[in-house]
Amino acid sequence: MSTLEIKDLHVSIDTEQGTKEILKGVSLTIRTGETHAIMGPNGSGKSTLASTISGHPRYNVTGGTITLDGEDVLAMSVDERARAGLFLAMQYPVEVPGVTMTNFLRTAKTAIDGQAPALRTWTKDVKAAMQQLRIDADFAQRNVNEGFSGGEKKRVEILQLELFKPKFAVLDETDSGLDVDALKIVSEGVNRAHAEGNMGTMLITHYTRILRYIKPEFVHVFVDGQIVEEGGPELADRLEEEGYDRYAKGAGAASIAAAAAQA
Amino acid sequence: MTAEITTEKARIGAPSIAGFTEEGEGLVSAKVDHSHNHGLTVMSSRAERLTSFDVADFALPTGREEEWRFSPVRGLANLLSDAATDGEAAAFSVEAPEGYVRGSLAQGAAPRGTVLTPADRAAVVASANTDEALHVVIPAEAEPAEPVRILVHGGGAGRRSNAHYVLEAGANSRSVVILEHTGAADHNGNLEVIVGEGAKLTVISVQLWEDDAKHLAQHDAQVGKDAVYKHIAVSLGGSIVRLNSNVRFAGEGAEAELLGLYFADAGQHLEHRSFVDHNVANCKSNVLYKGALQGKNAHTVWVGDVLIQKQALGTDSYEKNQNLVLTDGCRADSVPNLEIETGLIEGAGHASSTGRFDDEHLFYLMARGIPEEVARRLVVRGFLNEIIQQIKVPALEERLTEAVERELAATEN
Repeated sequence: MSTLEIKDLHVSIDTEQGTKEILKGVSLTIRTGETHAIMGPNGSGKSTLASTISGHPRYNVTGGTITLDGEDVLAMSVDERARAGLFLAMQYPVEVPGVTMTNFLRTAKTAIDGQAPALRTWTKDVKAAMQQLRIDADFAQRNVNEGFSGGEKKRVEILQLELFKPKFAVLDETDSGLDVDALKIVSEGVNRAHAEGNMGTMLITHYTRILRYIKPEFVHVFVDGQIVEEGGPELADRLEEEGYDRYAKGAGAASIAAAAAQA
Repeated sequence: MTAEITTEKARIGAPSIAGFTEEGEGLVSAKVDHSHNHGLTVMSSRAERLTSFDVADFALPTGREEEWRFSPVRGLANLLSDAATDGEAAAFSVEAPEGYVRGSLAQGAAPRGTVLTPADRAAVVASANTDEALHVVIPAEAEPAEPVRILVHGGGAGRRSNAHYVLEAGANSRSVVILEHTGAADHNGNLEVIVGEGAKLTVISVQLWEDDAKHLAQHDAQVGKDAVYKHIAVSLGGSIVRLNSNVRFAGEGAEAELLGLYFADAGQHLEHRSFVDHNVANCKSNVLYKGALQGKNAHTVWVGDVLIQKQALGTDSYEKNQNLVLTDGCRADSVPNLEIETGLIEGAGHASSTGRFDDEHLFYLMARGIPEEVARRLVVRGFLNEIIQQIKVPALEERLTEAVERELAATEN
């Protein structure tokens, strides 16, 4: 049982116009076995939260803490965070020249586990996981993400999720740009990883579409760098009907007060 | 059948980089439907380029000439002068089975001069100042178990050395020849290769020079009917290296593969030019040069010319250059030129890409638990390995892999 705890997180980025605060005090706790959906309109800071958890250098933490079972995540380098059990399925996975998928997956698995995986079972595991995600076998010999379509890149992110077995997975708009079939395949992959019982999931999304396939216990609505409302799956249903309009400027403060009163 | 020209400009993941040229194609495609001349001045045909044995025909380059415009000619004065070899400027030795070394060939003594006619100032002064050219013959049908090695060791930086080697691969022979350069000198070396009918020859030119060596070279090959020729240039050392690898055909059914690998550090100039002259029908060629760059003023150049002559029906050719930039302050020039005089070919493609290993690549790999230095090595090793694994001489592959690792270790410091 692990806990990922985010407390009063403030994050800013440097822009040409100066420093811009994006996260304005975010608190969130996720435990093993839980699935949390973070929902909100574009530009609300959802992806910033994801990137900050994984340690992207663009984001400066100006206040608050992130801990994993009490360990200070913010003090860890990007690779240390991954080895500690955090995984970010990226919204825009980059193409990495010169490195085959096979080589990459094995190198990463070795780094995360602290020892090389047993070759025979590893090869079998990779093959099986690729098959389940309908990833063509010859992708193994291609360079990481090079020439992959948007949907293929997302499937390859989930492939890694299944193979690396993190304690916490942050899925940053994994559903964007996927057709229904691909969305199902990807969701099944997340659900398989979840079913093993040792993972907590933070599902970041703009749309409720993916929630038909991945069922969160907790829904958090993100607006302007803050969580403005929290609830169970029924909150997602409401968002589906009403959209984010009611969180437009001014309405936010009232909602969070209501959420706090509930809690 | 119509010609098919494919152009890939796929960069390796990264956005375009200020300070890098990825020049358009000087493409002459009058008889090809699919033209993609990018409004550049159409240069004169490669076939019209001057070749001559007479030093007087080649003026000292100023750096403005098409074939010298990327080269640091000011640093090449000693190499471009019409000067004799400076004593024992470079020692050479040959490791080959008994009888392969046939002595030497004077100027004008065939087969010397039948394949290689100097195409620039460097080659002509090397030719004119080499009275005796080493002559190595792999007998017909021979399949030597070990590679033939020609070892050139420079005796000191700035010392002028001229060389000309004539290599013949007899009909249906199978062999590998390694031309290895170490030490330091101002070395001007020509290599003339005749690949007999049905022969299979791999020539590997390895530049493991010390930091202060300079090296200019023209390697010309003529590939016989149904023969297979592979030339691999590996340039890691030296302050200036410029190697021109050229090939043409003597009969149908022949194949040529021109490969290259280079790794330029701060201040290093590594230039590779290739020219495939499809002068005969039904031949195949493939050109692939891959390079990595790191450090201030690391400069690499690749100019790849392919000419498909009117009579070269059924030609199948492809050329590609890929560069991987590891740090700021480097410059990679990459110029593919494709001239096609007939539409009745199997294929003619070219591609060039210059990508950089940037923070986003690093972040992606580190976000998967891979430490920074491992990530960097993973990328470069993977990138260059495509060429190294073509060498197929395990001991040499190992040495070159180690040399690349040393270059990478230098990046980290």
